[in-house]
Amino acid sequence: MSELTNLSLAEARDALRAKKFSAKELTQAYVTAVEQHNPKLNAFITVTSEQAIKGAEASDKKIAAGQAGALEGIPLAIKDLFCTHNVQTTAGSKILEGFKPQYESSVTEKLWAAGANMLGKTNLDEFAMGSSNTTSYFGNVINPWRAKDGNKDLVPGGSSGGSAAAVAARLCLAATGTDTGGSIRQPASFCGIVGIKPTYGRCSRYGTIAFASSLDQAGMFARNVRDAAITQTVISGHDPKDSTSSPKATPDFEKALTGNIKGLKIGVPKEYRVDGMSSEIADLWDKGIKWLKEAGAEIVDISLPHTKYALATYYIIAPAEASSNLARYDGIRYGLRVTPENGALNELYCKTRAAGFGKEVKRRIMIGTYVLSAGYYDAYYKKAQRVRYLIAQDFKDAYTKVDAILTPTTPSAAFAIGENSKDPIAMYLNDVFTVPTSLAGLPAISLPAGLSANGLPLGLQIIGKAFDEETVFRIAGVMEEAAQFKAVPQGVGV
Amino acid sequence: MSLDKAAITKIAKLAHIEVTEAEKDTFVTELSGIFKWIEQLNELKTDDVPMLASVSDTALPWRKDEITDGHKRDAILANAPASDYGCFVVPKVIDHE
Amino acid sequence: MSEYRVKGKTGDWEVILGLEVHAQISSKSKLFSGAPNDFGSEPNENVSLVDAGMPGMLPVINEYCIEQAVRTGLGLKAHINLRSVFDRKNYFYPDLPQGYQISQFLDPIVGKGIMHIDMPDGTTRDIGITRLHLEQDAGKSLHENSNKYSYIDLNRAGIALMEIVSEPDLRSPEEAGLYLKKLRSIVRYLGTCDGDMEKGSMRCDVNVSVRKPGDVLGTRCEIKNVNSVRFMIKAIEFEAARQIEIIENGGKIDQETRLFDSTTGETRTMRSKEDAHDYRYFPDPDLLPLEFTQEYVDKIKATLPELPDDKKARYIKDLGLSPYDASVLVADHATTHFFETVAAKHNPKLASNWITAELFGRLNKADLEIDASPISTDKMSGLLALIEDNTISGKIAKVVFDKMFESGKTAAQIVDEEGLKQVTDTGAIEKIIDDIMAANPDKVAEYRSGKDKLFAFFIGQVMKVSGGKANPNLVNELLKKKLA
Repeated sequence: MSELTNLSLAEARDALRAKKFSAKELTQAYVTAVEQHNPKLNAFITVTSEQAIKGAEASDKKIAAGQAGALEGIPLAIKDLFCTHNVQTTAGSKILEGFKPQYESSVTEKLWAAGANMLGKTNLDEFAMGSSNTTSYFGNVINPWRAKDGNKDLVPGGSSGGSAAAVAARLCLAATGTDTGGSIRQPASFCGIVGIKPTYGRCSRYGTIAFASSLDQAGMFARNVRDAAITQTVISGHDPKDSTSSPKATPDFEKALTGNIKGLKIGVPKEYRVDGMSSEIADLWDKGIKWLKEAGAEIVDISLPHTKYALATYYIIAPAEASSNLARYDGIRYGLRVTPENGALNELYCKTRAAGFGKEVKRRIMIGTYVLSAGYYDAYYKKAQRVRYLIAQDFKDAYTKVDAILTPTTPSAAFAIGENSKDPIAMYLNDVFTVPTSLAGLPAISLPAGLSANGLPLGLQIIGKAFDEETVFRIAGVMEEAAQFKAVPQGVGV
Repeated sequence: MSLDKAAITKIAKLAHIEVTEAEKDTFVTELSGIFKWIEQLNELKTDDVPMLASVSDTALPWRKDEITDGHKRDAILANAPASDYGCFVVPKVIDHE
Repeated sequence: MSEYRVKGKTGDWEVILGLEVHAQISSKSKLFSGAPNDFGSEPNENVSLVDAGMPGMLPVINEYCIEQAVRTGLGLKAHINLRSVFDRKNYFYPDLPQGYQISQFLDPIVGKGIMHIDMPDGTTRDIGITRLHLEQDAGKSLHENSNKYSYIDLNRAGIALMEIVSEPDLRSPEEAGLYLKKLRSIVRYLGTCDGDMEKGSMRCDVNVSVRKPGDVLGTRCEIKNVNSVRFMIKAIEFEAARQIEIIENGGKIDQETRLFDSTTGETRTMRSKEDAHDYRYFPDPDLLPLEFTQEYVDKIKATLPELPDDKKARYIKDLGLSPYDASVLVADHATTHFFETVAAKHNPKLASNWITAELFGRLNKADLEIDASPISTDKMSGLLALIEDNTISGKIAKVVFDKMFESGKTAAQIVDEEGLKQVTDTGAIEKIIDDIMAANPDKVAEYRSGKDKLFAFFIGQVMKVSGGKANPNLVNELLKKKLA
């Protein structure tokens, strides 16, 4: 059975088409894997085995009839931020426990139309707010990786911790995630897998529970660059139901993996070499630079001068938008309702939201409410939008000189659960390398490039020009080849 | 910028989230810290810089005036905590317009 | 034109008024969702997932609503902003599913404009329009005779509204009423809103403040959702008096929002100062700025119908109507349509007189609007035709008109059935005159000796004998001849 789960998505896709095995067999293998490992990892909030098997049977019929879609029979995991028809969708929150959408998100609709099937909804930081998946109402997700020198449970990263853990532990062939400030890239780095965040507007946000509207983007987790390219192609595309959706046609990203990056100019921003950066990360970055040089790319030193202000900017804009986006969770039309004894409406709102939201969500709603409030809007929100302009401009200027940018994904490897939890700012600093890209709306990929001394995966990030995911994938493919990262978490792939 | 308890109380009221006294104290500490950290943005002069509210590459799309939706009351009420007469039921709203 | 003043203990007070009108755009679907904009449906029938604020839902703007807002702005001779922004207005209320209303705050689609209102004394007052912006309507709370619960119907949630704000240029309840009526007629003319205040497709909030003439502006209170011109006038009168009394007793006016109670005729506090809302407006990140070209605006301008003010001027200049009659006829779209249909086939002045004096008189008495007139344009036309070709006299026509109003029959039918045809046969009239003269020789003598007033007596007699059917001009002419 684990033979089947060791195949990559591209391999499984080709094998299914060649009728080497059935979609049902493949899916059953994954269903078994989930049953076996999920209790420990807690990567899934809702498991939909029956639905997955039924879907696999339907896929087999389609394959037999020669009508296979791009992802026919492929079992996937879906971050519990995407609304799935009649399947519980919680956003990792008590306030949506039991909520069953009567509609499908555009992203998942595309996956089902391509023939994929759903193994379940994965765990996440509540309302996508976090970098550790330790804020979910449904419990922490455990990183399938363990440090050489310890026995502590490690975080998978966040907010899409469940999806990352599920892919890393081979509980699915790929998984969807969302990335607002790094929520795909950072967990991909912590879990030793590939994670892609496309250009803002590439994927539809319709039916994706909103955190920060001007930053949220759906993206994919996969075991390798090819798998990520295949799945990212399927979920991308214009959606008239999303007014911020780009009208640009989606290229076939798999075709971009030519293996040739000769002559490409790769920028290395000096501002990303931060104080106190671990030497392991710095060394890995240098290795990455070397690999790309050897593959024929030209390395260019660049400056992104406003980098250090990105986190503060993000932590004004994202909470502001979130405070407004989460106002609809009020106990009136769906989700949790706490009916107060005195029966008054105002109490209903306040008690429902107090009981339904966790600490981090409340904190960000408070921050967001404050920065939008009378007297503070100019000093905070307006200011942040102006700095955002400068940050975006930094990239625009850099892209007159280079085609892509190489940086580390995270300032450290996965840390232990409970570490960094005292000071919110310490947790926010996890996103220092990923946030600027989000503010500028650019595409970026994280791929595993090496192991720390402690045996934990470390990732490198490639940032591209707007709507140039093709170059991002192309460079990532070459780097993947050079890095030869073959490590897997213990107990996986056996 | 240091936030005091009164400010926290006001924000919680606006956000319609009930907070205990203990939680207020925690918020005072945490949010004061966060806003102090955010103050670094004041190092930048931005008076002549425009606001970037969207990184979207498209203009606002306009939809034709056609009826393409509605008539799905069951779906609308499917997850309602309380419904009756085809409506959402809530504790009495005092100031009706 | 005398200024409106309210007498207080300490002297005369001036009333300063500004109106905020919410007009529902008569589009097929809602502003940001494809659900129907229908009135009177079962609760929550016309609701989409977007309207219900479901998780992950997003707004997509209706192009027709943009057009209607521009049309209305042009009708108000206002500046059209080629770029405007949608902002979120954040607050909690059960009829507001998203927890925010999508509106326009700093950059509305339409800027400053002007409205001319015709005062009863024939003068015109210019009232400034501050702005017009697009926003979502909210749902409705129904109370279903329950003490404990309210029932939320979201059918209205998301319907497109134009919020039209006037400058605080109005100075009397009457002016406010005329402004509201004029605005209503303009949007009905343009077809952008049906202006039905009873149905709620047009609603009005009034800002009221008082001051001694020449003083600085006083603190204003907003009276919400006044749903008829009559109630608005009452509300203003009550509120002005309330404010004056407070100030004269040494108190201060709290800036607040108040509701008008139509049963008591009083306004009462709706929201206390403590709950003064901080709406935390910010540009909606789900919507990009609304932009269009001057060509787009010009295209719309070219399709505008003739507006009331221009029509009025044309009626006066080309049709020779009096300013008063002209303003009555343009005051309401349905009236204008009625008049123009009839005036197309008959003497416009004749048509005007009959509509403004006779028809309106009877409609008012029967408490009917012109849309419900028992006399249609066809029937009206039928009556005027009989007058114009001398079949009946003007006086008889009034009798016929009354009967038409009661019975619904045509003029021709009534004239026929009751034999009311005008007598124009010279010979017949002469005969009647001869008979009367013969029967009243003394009066004839008196007249011939200088008592001119007796002429009326002879006319009366001729009319009596002829049952009112003798053509008055002919009678006049022939009597003169014979009595000479």
